[in-house]
Amino acid sequence: MNGLLILVPIALLLGLAGLAAFFWALRSGQFDDPAGSASRILIDEDEEGKIP
Amino acid sequence: MASAATLTGDLSRTSLAVPGMHCAGCMSKVERALGAVPGVASARVNLTARTVTVEHDAELEPRALTEALGGIGFESQARRDLSAKAPSAVRPLLAPLAVAGFAAMNVMLLSVSVWSGAEGSTRELFHWLSALIALPAIAFAGRPFFTSAWRAVKRGTTNMDVPISIGVIVASGLSLYEVVTAGQHAWFDGALMLLTFLLAGRVLDAMMRDRARAGVDALLSQAAQGATVVQPGGTVAWLDAAQLEAGMVMRVAAGERLAADGEIVAGSSRFDQSILTGESAPVSAGVGDKALAGMLNLSAPVDVQVSHAGHDTTLAEIARLMEASTQNRSRYVRIADRAARLYAPAVHTLSAITVIGWLLAGASLYQALVIGVAVLIITCPCALGLAVPVAQVVASGSLMRAGIMVKDGSALERLAGVDRALLDKTGTLTLGRPVPDETVINLFGAEERSVALALASHSTHPLSRGLAKALAARGVEAALLEEIAERPGMGVFARWNGHPVSLRRPDGGKGSAVALSISTSPVRLLPFADALRPDAVEALDKLRALGIDCSILSGDKVAAVEAIGIDLGIATQAQTDPAQKQARVEAERKAGHRVLMVGDGLNDGPALAAANASIAPGSASDVGLQAADMVFVQESLLALPRAVSASRRTMAVVKQNFALAIGYNAFAVPLAVLGHVTPLVAAVAMSASSLLVIANSLRLVGAAR
Repeated sequence: MNGLLILVPIALLLGLAGLAAFFWALRSGQFDDPAGSASRILIDEDEEGKIP
Repeated sequence: MASAATLTGDLSRTSLAVPGMHCAGCMSKVERALGAVPGVASARVNLTARTVTVEHDAELEPRALTEALGGIGFESQARRDLSAKAPSAVRPLLAPLAVAGFAAMNVMLLSVSVWSGAEGSTRELFHWLSALIALPAIAFAGRPFFTSAWRAVKRGTTNMDVPISIGVIVASGLSLYEVVTAGQHAWFDGALMLLTFLLAGRVLDAMMRDRARAGVDALLSQAAQGATVVQPGGTVAWLDAAQLEAGMVMRVAAGERLAADGEIVAGSSRFDQSILTGESAPVSAGVGDKALAGMLNLSAPVDVQVSHAGHDTTLAEIARLMEASTQNRSRYVRIADRAARLYAPAVHTLSAITVIGWLLAGASLYQALVIGVAVLIITCPCALGLAVPVAQVVASGSLMRAGIMVKDGSALERLAGVDRALLDKTGTLTLGRPVPDETVINLFGAEERSVALALASHSTHPLSRGLAKALAARGVEAALLEEIAERPGMGVFARWNGHPVSLRRPDGGKGSAVALSISTSPVRLLPFADALRPDAVEALDKLRALGIDCSILSGDKVAAVEAIGIDLGIATQAQTDPAQKQARVEAERKAGHRVLMVGDGLNDGPALAAANASIAPGSASDVGLQAADMVFVQESLLALPRAVSASRRTMAVVKQNFALAIGYNAFAVPLAVLGHVTPLVAAVAMSASSLLVIANSLRLVGAAR
């Protein structure tokens, strides 16, 4: 019973943290362009004339 | 304002549609080219939407951006209205799904403890915790269902969301009552799982529908955005297409599309009007001839006096035909909706009868309500809601790996039933690009071949490109030429070892051909043909084996179409305009056939929209791509029978899913009506039926093989 009093709130908090992270990602537009984000890592950033 | 430019401080923002982008290389090229334009602050590509958002000085004309992109080989259009982009149906559902999933998992954790024997104060604590998590979560995650159900009830109708909403709300209310009175059972987990599964189904469904975009917008963007107008004083000015009026004179450069219909008043040129008529050969036109919006000026600048602009052009007429046809198709009722129509009233009646029955049998109002809710929850269309979207998403994933993109999930339902296929010729049955006659190339000497390749590589004319590709494929090396000049409409001229050589328009003759002239040897005439797609014969045989009658429906000349029809052994109809194509499709449908239209051009747009199902090749015009339900990106025509058989397998699985879901209800509902269902049984039964439906749908992974 004592263990539960600690573990249940911890489980809930961790879950809420995950949920908050998901909402943050959704708000900050990380799901706007999945195809582009997947390709963007292939662009060589060191080249000259890079656009921010 | 001329474009999508909207003022934000000193900077303007313009959104350009760039359909040609498809990889990381394109993205960096586009962003770099736009960044190099003076006045541009930033450019950011969105590859999913195939658009690029540019922030630039307010004075910079969007046309400069389009030209910069044209310079590196990307066609682009300034989007007329940023808000015209249809809002995604997926995103508003993601947050409710995340909340429902999170809450369901946590409440389930607490419920398992209760089921495995938590008693007394522990159970009460867990029930209170469940209520604390579940009630806000249900209020948030259930909104999509509650609003839709409320709208239906207000109109006096009912839909699938009504039993869901009643079930969820009554279950939550009774559970809360149980918790407050320290009762034995709470139903929060059942309600939350129900929401999770249903939202998952909705998200999958919305993802499918999201891919379909408004076709009419793309159609109108096919017309040039504006034109250079010669004003009375002799000065020229760039006017937006909307500002063009009858009587103005447009100066159309080679390589430009016409923005309005009109009559040529100066100059003569050759026009590519395949987008309007489907005819593959360019058409010559001079002073006094008509020129239509959407036609591409191929060779020399001309002046055109505008006769019809804006919504009166032939192009806009096609747009109207297409819009009307699309509405016609949207009357099609999806299987899931048909099921919902029967299902919702049945469920309501059943649970009402249960409640009344138990009241008559002497149960208390509370007991009767609990059992009524058990019936509502257990019959709630969890598995039913997943039956269609899961199967469609798995099948379209499989088709996508085979190179066929499905834009709308309901297309699979419509395609499964087709028994008649109408195929466009140019660009659909054929590759839509000219290929030189192999036997004539074989007659060429080694020198002729290398000179021909060198000349052809200096032009972007379709015939030159076709010739260069064919010669390069044979390993021919290009000769060294001097004084190379391309004369629009005439050909490429140069010197080779001091002799004048040219690859030019032949003096007479019909059909597409080029003349290779080298001063030291006789002139060679090289005919071109539009080659059939590979596997065309096999693909048509397979379609016939699937019980589908095929015929050709083309806008090209009778002779050209009949030759192909004889090669393939199928019936043909030639020289049809967009309205006739559409009428043919409608006539077939009236005769009771379900029609599959396969086409690529603007001229196929209305027919594609009018048919029960439609497929376009990846090389199709924007309009073709927008109007079609499916797009196949490989060259082989085998994609057609593959898509048909995959959609038939999908429908078979969908029907099995419905059978599973209904079978589960037939088994579980009597138990619920008789009052034997505890929360544990309801939760397990509901999850099991949903998982069964998902597992069955996963069999479609190899559907497109």
